[in-house]
Amino acid sequence: MGKFIAKRLGFGALVLFVLSLFVFLLFFVAPGDPARIVAGDKASAEQLELVRQNLGLDQPMTQQYLHFVGRAVQGDLGFSYRNQQPVSELILRRIPVTISLVFGAVILWLAIGIPIGIMSARHPGGFRDRMGQVFILLGLSFPTFVLGMLALYTLYFLPKQAGFTLFPPSGYKPFLTNPLIWAWHLALPWATLALVTAAIYARLTRGQLLQVLGEDYIRTARAKGLSERKVVLRHGMRSTLMPLVTQLGADIGLMLGGVIVIEQVYGLQGVGSLAVQAVRNQDRPIIIGVVLLGGLFIVLCNIIVDLLYAALDPRMR
Amino acid sequence: MSEAQLDAPKVVQRSSANLTFRRLMRDPASLLAAVFILALVAFAIGAPWFAGWTGHDAIEQYRDTGLSPVGLPVGPNHEFLLGADQLGRDVLVRIAYGARISLAVGVAAALAASFIGVTIGMTAGYFGGWIDTVLGRLMDLVMSVPFLLCALALVSVFGPSLWLSICVIVFFSWTTIGRVIRAETASLARRDFVQASRSLGAGNLSIMLRDILPNLSVPIIIYTTMMIPNSIVFEATLSFLGLGIVPPTPSWGGMLAEAGANSIYLVAWWLVLFPGLALLGSTLAFNILGDGLRDALDPKGRRVKRRRKPAKPVTEG
Amino acid sequence: MPLLEARNISIRIPTEDGILHAARNVSFTVEAGSLFGIAGESGSGKSVLTQAIMGLLPGVEIEGECLFEGRDLLKMTPAELRALRGARIGMVFQDPLSSLHPYYTIGRQITEVIHAHEKVSNTEARARAAEMLEKVGIKDAAARLDDYPHQFSGGMRQRVMIAMALVLRPSLIIADEPTTALDVTVQAQIVALLDEMRRELGITVIMITHDLGLMASVADKVMIMYGGTRLEIGPAKGLFAAPAHPYTFGLLRASPAAARQGTELYSIPGRPPSLLARPKACIFAPRCAQVQPICQIEAPPNRAYACGTEALCHFEARIDRADTAPAQPARKPPTDRLLSVQDVALTYTMSSGFGAKRQLDVLKGITLEVARGETLGLVGESGCGKSTLARVIAGLVPATRGKVDFDGIDVGALTPKAWRDMRRRVQLVFQDPFGSLNPRRRVGAIIGEPFRIHGLAKGEARKNEVRRLMELVGLNPEHYNRFPSEFSGGQRQRIGIARALALNPDLVIFDEPVSALDVSIQAQILNLMQELQQKLGLTYLFISHDLSVVRHMCDRIAVMNAGRIIEMDATEQIFQHPQQDYTRTLLDASHVPPVPVQAQPRELLRLEQGAA
Repeated sequence: MGKFIAKRLGFGALVLFVLSLFVFLLFFVAPGDPARIVAGDKASAEQLELVRQNLGLDQPMTQQYLHFVGRAVQGDLGFSYRNQQPVSELILRRIPVTISLVFGAVILWLAIGIPIGIMSARHPGGFRDRMGQVFILLGLSFPTFVLGMLALYTLYFLPKQAGFTLFPPSGYKPFLTNPLIWAWHLALPWATLALVTAAIYARLTRGQLLQVLGEDYIRTARAKGLSERKVVLRHGMRSTLMPLVTQLGADIGLMLGGVIVIEQVYGLQGVGSLAVQAVRNQDRPIIIGVVLLGGLFIVLCNIIVDLLYAALDPRMR
Repeated sequence: MSEAQLDAPKVVQRSSANLTFRRLMRDPASLLAAVFILALVAFAIGAPWFAGWTGHDAIEQYRDTGLSPVGLPVGPNHEFLLGADQLGRDVLVRIAYGARISLAVGVAAALAASFIGVTIGMTAGYFGGWIDTVLGRLMDLVMSVPFLLCALALVSVFGPSLWLSICVIVFFSWTTIGRVIRAETASLARRDFVQASRSLGAGNLSIMLRDILPNLSVPIIIYTTMMIPNSIVFEATLSFLGLGIVPPTPSWGGMLAEAGANSIYLVAWWLVLFPGLALLGSTLAFNILGDGLRDALDPKGRRVKRRRKPAKPVTEG
Repeated sequence: MPLLEARNISIRIPTEDGILHAARNVSFTVEAGSLFGIAGESGSGKSVLTQAIMGLLPGVEIEGECLFEGRDLLKMTPAELRALRGARIGMVFQDPLSSLHPYYTIGRQITEVIHAHEKVSNTEARARAAEMLEKVGIKDAAARLDDYPHQFSGGMRQRVMIAMALVLRPSLIIADEPTTALDVTVQAQIVALLDEMRRELGITVIMITHDLGLMASVADKVMIMYGGTRLEIGPAKGLFAAPAHPYTFGLLRASPAAARQGTELYSIPGRPPSLLARPKACIFAPRCAQVQPICQIEAPPNRAYACGTEALCHFEARIDRADTAPAQPARKPPTDRLLSVQDVALTYTMSSGFGAKRQLDVLKGITLEVARGETLGLVGESGCGKSTLARVIAGLVPATRGKVDFDGIDVGALTPKAWRDMRRRVQLVFQDPFGSLNPRRRVGAIIGEPFRIHGLAKGEARKNEVRRLMELVGLNPEHYNRFPSEFSGGQRQRIGIARALALNPDLVIFDEPVSALDVSIQAQILNLMQELQQKLGLTYLFISHDLSVVRHMCDRIAVMNAGRIIEMDATEQIFQHPQQDYTRTLLDASHVPPVPVQAQPRELLRLEQGAA
């Protein structure tokens, strides 16, 4: 068990290493002179040289990389080229928005997706299954931003034209100030993200459950005289839990990058929109910071999934 | 070996391709999806014809006819069938040219990703051992990368382009099919018919190409089909974020992004509705076709519909 | 009053290809306290019958009447039926590993039955579960309640299944192939346990199996099913000694135990019927040895005899001794040595999930010799290493230690080129006729594969070779262009044999060649193998767990246990004078179906027309 965790931690470290190498090579070695971006177009040769020294660009490559990683490990991601603020601070300020967004959406999509999947799998070929399939197909096919723009148009703009406010236009209100206002402002982004993602969970639940319901031990459960509800929920869903956990871990891990689109559509100032702005501004330290943070987040989620696996499967103990 | 598992053999006289086709033809949704896709292809190919017919170029701005006196885009009328955009360009013609990009990216990326995924997956699954460990870890690694963030980082350095979009999409989507093929190959390689070929003296390449590859045709077809809509959405998302196709080249994601900028679509609904519908329709059509193909090629997962009432009593003999 | 009385049960399963008639007008009664057996080959509808009656197959259409303790099971609401399942009727299934939920402890799985039907505290439920586990022979049961299924061996798991079925003391247990997934020695224990529980707790048992030997050893009353039809039913003793239906007769005579070694087996020609068809006449007529014109036209009546046996046939089965083939000329005594295996060992190093390395000795020093032209049988239970040994000899798996010498050539020291040539001289035939043929290739390509790989015959010449081989193994050469899925299990095994024979090998290794086949088909394949050996002068290494098959086929037998050959001798020597305890256990555990004899003329009680 200890060895297993050590193995997974080692893999997590490898992911982060590869990622750090990727951003390092991309931003410090690839075309474009960072010093020029920092110093601006009008800087003189001496000024550029000074900036280069400040950024450590005159040192050998490995030195630079080690320096970069050393600082990153301590949480020092450098300063924004634009406004000279520490990158870690800039990101930290945005995190509550993104976390709020992900948190609500996850609960919502699980609450929508899994019941639809179960309903579908319990009546294969029937009317309820077909309704479930339609939901799955629509959800899988709807690009997030199309659904978001559609929601904004119909649920915000049309009511507003009619003279009342159903949902607020955009923006984020802190949870601690007023949870209700917080939720009201996030309701549309949550719903958009959840509907699109719930389809994946409905499909996964349906497919896995259908397969599990064909297993011999489900027949045993029925032969015991258990109610169909218990057969499906206690015996069927128990085995469907593991693929769901895997999917959830991967999805939450990717969310840091995945919310970019939603944040764009709804004008939320989260980590994603920070990254998009940074790309427009060529503010490389921020991009590096966000990418590394995204990687760290995924690695953490993977490790949590592995631990859950060990807890869920007695054969792995 | 259990007797019960080997039920009386069914004599299937029809060829499998024939059977698949018949099953597909019986599924109206798949049929409709296939017709839609064919129409879409014709639409994309006929883009210049639309340009000639309307007399509008895809890029040229018709500020006199396409914009109202206050500078707002005109809605659908007899000259601009689907309206004009904020720069006075013809939405219909732009959607037609956008279809070329979407289809080209979708199909090219799906085929390339499928090729890479099948090659790597088969190699890993067939040889096993350390090759499998290394390639499996590689897939884990790629899946543990925050892809949208990395795409962001790449674009910020190299600048947006069609080729970069395709490369990014391929790089982050081959793992899905790769994993499936790896697992399938590993189980096929243990089957007796592979052992039989080996005991006859067949070489590895011969076994992989003649014995294993044909048995992978079903997952390859299904997963490649399913990857097309994902790639289309991926490309549209990149363009939506300004990381994909460079304006003014028309692309659906870019059109939606321009509509979203300054919320112009709130007063010009056709800017969202038509490109949004084109995008949704295409992904939906490919997803439905993929589902239909899966059911037709792999009828295991299907159940035969129950008749509502028992048939007339058995009167034999 | 009988405990269970089924009248005119018909079951139809709608599928894409049409309606499967899984049961047609089947009637039977089960007396309280008896062991009722349902026997039949695969696809005969025996499992579907009981599962459909119990409401476990929601998709099927079922008709008729099935009275259990006076109430019709088929008219019950799902809730009423559920109340009976587990409480009044327990069920045991074939594969105990897949039939137990892998993620719950066995204690929880057993107490679940109790909680589903009774209001008791968990402590009491656990106490009852432990008590029942103790009864079915699980030691230290209370401590093992919290173990998971994967921590038990196959036989122990089946005991757990039985405890689960018995824990509420039902009046009926339905055991569906309860021993098929188990080893011979464990099979005997499980059957003994079922029998013991029946006597001790007064429980009625319905046992479904394809194993007639097993059935004959325990059943009171037996029903023989074929193509969803009840062909014969009656007291076990009389039925097995003197079957009234030609099919039962044929089945019993097709068993290798019924024929002398080296003689041709009696076999039922043809293949099992498709359940899709609804023949108007006798369903067995196309394969029947005693077929008369009327059998092809008219549905047979049910003949009820005074001895209690009923058979669905126009005529009474009779033995026709003349149709047994005469013994074939005795084989030439084996001459020179073809294969010699010296001290071969194989050790796998397994890295388990958590990195701890484990050494697994699959073969621990095997030494054997096979003479040209003889058949050596390799017998043992699953996991004893017999299949691995076959793969080592075939050169598919390299040995860790030891030497395999084939016709004077050291196989381990071959160059890749020479190894490829060696492939032509040693060939393998696999157990699973479904898995050993590539489903995506045509039969012509499969049989022609050896010629392609070794660049021997091309185009028309290869085609002719393939046709010749197909004819040799009794396949229609016209079927050259078909896919394996279009053939039945027995025909596929013929394809596998044809492929193995393509390059004129010296040695053919058969790895359980008939254990996936039904008795009637098994006899056909065994006959073919003997005929080919005679004709082509082949040497066989025959691997099987079925002692009666090995006895029939082999000159010498090697008994394997835990990676070692513990005893090797001439066949009759092993059977008559086994030296080792393990061999004796194996021999004792195997049930051989009785050899039927001609009965005295029976007294016909009544003739029921239109019974099926």
